[in-house]
Amino acid sequence: MSEQQNTTPLLKVDALKKYFSQKGSAAVKAEDSSTMTAGLDESSVGSRAGAGRGTVKAVDGISFTIESGKTLGLVGESGCGKTTVGRTVIGLYRPTAGSVIYKGTDLTKAAGELRLRNRRQMQMIFQDPYASLNPRMTVGDIVGEPIDIHHLAGSKNERTEKIRDLLDLVGLNPEHINRYPHEFSGGQRQRIGIARSLAVEPELIVCDEPVSAVDVSIQAQIVNMLERLQDELGLTYMIIAHDLSMIKYISDYVAVMYLGKIVELVTSENLYKNPQHPYTKALLSAVPIADPVVERRRKRILLEGDVPSPMAPPPGCRFHTRCDRALPVCREKEPPVTDLGGGQWVACHNL
Amino acid sequence: MEHLLQVRDLEVQFSTYAGVVQAVRGINFDVSSGEVVALVGESGCGKSVTAQSIMRLIPSPPGKISGGSIMFNNEDILKKTERQMRKIRGNTIGMIFQDPMTFLNPVLTIATQVTENLVLHKGMSESQAKKRAVNLFELVGIPEPEARLKQYPHQFSGGMRQRVMIAMALACEPKLLIADEPTTALDVTIQAQIMELLKEIKQRLNTAIILITHDLGVVAGIADRVLVMYAGQIVESGTIDEIMKSPSHPYTWGLLKSIPRLDMDRSKKLTPIWGQPPDLLQQFTGCPFAPRCDYAMGICTQKIPPDFGQTKVRCWLRHPQAPAVRLKREVL
Amino acid sequence: MQLSTELFKPLEQKVVQTELVRPSTTYWQDAWRRLKQNPAAMVSLAVIILIVLLAIFGPMFSPYTYSEQDFSRRNQGPSAEHWFGTDGLGRDLFTRVLYGARISLSIGFVASLVTIFGMLYGGISGFAGGWLDNAMMRFVDIMYSIPFLLWVILMMVYLKEILPQNAGLISMYLALGLVYWLPMARIVRGQILSLKEQEFVLAAYTIGASKKRILMRHLIPNCMGPVIVTATLTIPQAIFTEAFLSFIGLGVSAPRASWGMLASDALVSLKSFPHLLFFPSAAICITLLAFNFLGDGLRDALDPKMRK
Repeated sequence: MSEQQNTTPLLKVDALKKYFSQKGSAAVKAEDSSTMTAGLDESSVGSRAGAGRGTVKAVDGISFTIESGKTLGLVGESGCGKTTVGRTVIGLYRPTAGSVIYKGTDLTKAAGELRLRNRRQMQMIFQDPYASLNPRMTVGDIVGEPIDIHHLAGSKNERTEKIRDLLDLVGLNPEHINRYPHEFSGGQRQRIGIARSLAVEPELIVCDEPVSAVDVSIQAQIVNMLERLQDELGLTYMIIAHDLSMIKYISDYVAVMYLGKIVELVTSENLYKNPQHPYTKALLSAVPIADPVVERRRKRILLEGDVPSPMAPPPGCRFHTRCDRALPVCREKEPPVTDLGGGQWVACHNL
Repeated sequence: MEHLLQVRDLEVQFSTYAGVVQAVRGINFDVSSGEVVALVGESGCGKSVTAQSIMRLIPSPPGKISGGSIMFNNEDILKKTERQMRKIRGNTIGMIFQDPMTFLNPVLTIATQVTENLVLHKGMSESQAKKRAVNLFELVGIPEPEARLKQYPHQFSGGMRQRVMIAMALACEPKLLIADEPTTALDVTIQAQIMELLKEIKQRLNTAIILITHDLGVVAGIADRVLVMYAGQIVESGTIDEIMKSPSHPYTWGLLKSIPRLDMDRSKKLTPIWGQPPDLLQQFTGCPFAPRCDYAMGICTQKIPPDFGQTKVRCWLRHPQAPAVRLKREVL
Repeated sequence: MQLSTELFKPLEQKVVQTELVRPSTTYWQDAWRRLKQNPAAMVSLAVIILIVLLAIFGPMFSPYTYSEQDFSRRNQGPSAEHWFGTDGLGRDLFTRVLYGARISLSIGFVASLVTIFGMLYGGISGFAGGWLDNAMMRFVDIMYSIPFLLWVILMMVYLKEILPQNAGLISMYLALGLVYWLPMARIVRGQILSLKEQEFVLAAYTIGASKKRILMRHLIPNCMGPVIVTATLTIPQAIFTEAFLSFIGLGVSAPRASWGMLASDALVSLKSFPHLLFFPSAAICITLLAFNFLGDGLRDALDPKMRK
């Protein structure tokens, strides 16, 4: 699914696949929580695209593009593969198949040196504000580390100057440069993480559940800040979350994932007004709305049963086991991607 | 008419190395039979501590219920012995928690765990308890109950485990069910299923439910009345429509304005609440929300506001001398 | 209730929120505070410092050496001139115990140093994962299975020809070097395995940190708690092992005075001169207890779960 572009998009992901062999129980945990094996230990199943027993097909053929300055929201429930997409795109995992093309360069073919340099332009914000900062480093060192690694400051003073500016940019008091993470609240720690990723002057930031672990009243602060930073610095975002309301608010486009596949890609306007895929519709109807009048009037589409395991996805269309519009063909063949125009693509046999 | 549960002036504190934390600072509320009361607030507001106090599950050092009374069925819970409490827990008051995985014992079959309650409190025999367990599973929507009873917790998915926990809580037909963030750890489609189930339980069994959550959407779907907590106090209470359509406290209003709604127009902006959650170690010399409040007045930093009026709002804006402020809610 | 209308004027600016006024503490300051609250640990720390000072400076102030013999004063009990009495050859027991302290503490020190190697070994193994981790750990398993005693005996037999005088002590050092890094390697590897899944490590990769940087700056510093505890608790193990080996004759040779040797010498005349056994044994006991209490106290103080 790629958009008609006049210019080359900033990021293009093509038929991306990421399988984990059963050996890492981290693989199965990967989708439910944020425990992951780091780049060293994961076993890329390589060209064994056909799954033997015990392969988690976390991401099974994903394509999308993001234009510069826009925000793509990736949404889905546990087991859908969205976190794996984020980590594969940014390079923490090596893809099993497919390509990640950044500004025309295919990163999956790049040699080590090139990848490190390209990592500067793509950064990531993590979910857990308590685990994503090294508890033994001061805030200044945490934010300063990327500056040190990439030699972005000429002198010690310049470095401190930059760090203070970054802290100010994310709404923290620059005087706290020598404090430790445990002295800050969750929302403030998340800001520190954002400052760290901004230290290298990136162009694209992948935000993995940036506000899920933070109090409700702080979520809006962080989200507004992310938008402001996007305007001020010209950033492009890929936001991964399970909160559909938040994703819709902040994204230009939304990709709905189910069991390793994108079932619908649509503008956030049309997401609510005109969803096409049955899963999207069920998801939308399940999201609670903070208005008792609306809630009383709603008719919920309740999905039967549970999400199938990513180790044994149903044949054909992955969603057919829970779909109320399933046709016989849905059990046999994977649905083709249909371009409905107006920036909307759906993968369904029964439109 | 007496309420099923009456909480008066409840105070709970915790001793930490840094000082005494006042987790709950004098709250009052009632719950009637068959009513769903939502206790809403962010982390640290004291809602979970309140729920645990009702069940007397506060760990005794370092926690302490330092004041007030909790009347359940016309008896003061706080005056009961531990032995008496054991007869109440799981029997007339049931509780479900956020994470069903840690609640269930991984080495015992589900049947053992569900029937334990029944055998203990109702003196049933094993076979009677098993029959009842099957009924309960049907009630909560677990298919093939007989087969599933023989299984172990790890063979159930998150949503299913939550249903098991609900079944266990309902086993002895409690008058009151306390649900502490029952759906926070679940996917949104499963959350919808569980909330529908709770609604059904409320209607069929006339169980009163205290729902503790930070999710205002979930509240809107099921609650009859809402209590908004901040820094250990109830800052506003009222019916669901009052609180969510015409809130009176700036915090409630701030919360509603800061959460994105699925049905809102893209042009609408979220308005966050400025500042950080309060440090509970300090003593407040005024309203704890004052530092973050757009409408703070001089008196707000000096005196803790009392409860005002019918809808019970703890805010100086309700004082007759306060300037008239209309909290205009920008909806959709 | 009528109140002054002044009170109801809106505030000019937002009230400054009282910041978290807790003083800025590092992990170590926090741990030190917790350690101070543990009386057994603090007493032990004082005792250890005392023993170290005595071991280093004590013999300088003693009028006797450890090998000075005076047959006119054999087997005397404690007195003003000989605080611990004298042994069968008229040597001052107090001075000999002090020298024994030097030996024991040096053993403990070497054992502790050796654990640093274990830390690096375990760190690399855990970080690398895969076949390298497997191989390195299997090597550890093999080394573990060989009894320490065997190493010492082998070393001694070999070294007796080359260094007859110091064979005992040197073989002890060598055997320690061969074996005492093993527990630390396992512990650090375990720590690294769990740490490397944490998000701050992933974040370090994302900003472009090299593997070396991640190991040295992120992973190992976060292991320091268990490392320090293990190092501290290794010392009493080593001291006891040396004492035991000397006791059975495999350690230092005469006239060197190791506590174990002193104890062993004292056995012969135990009934008549109990003081000869009492003082060295008491020295061993007190030292071991002190390190163990300190180690336990450190474990409690450094445990991150206890941080609030």
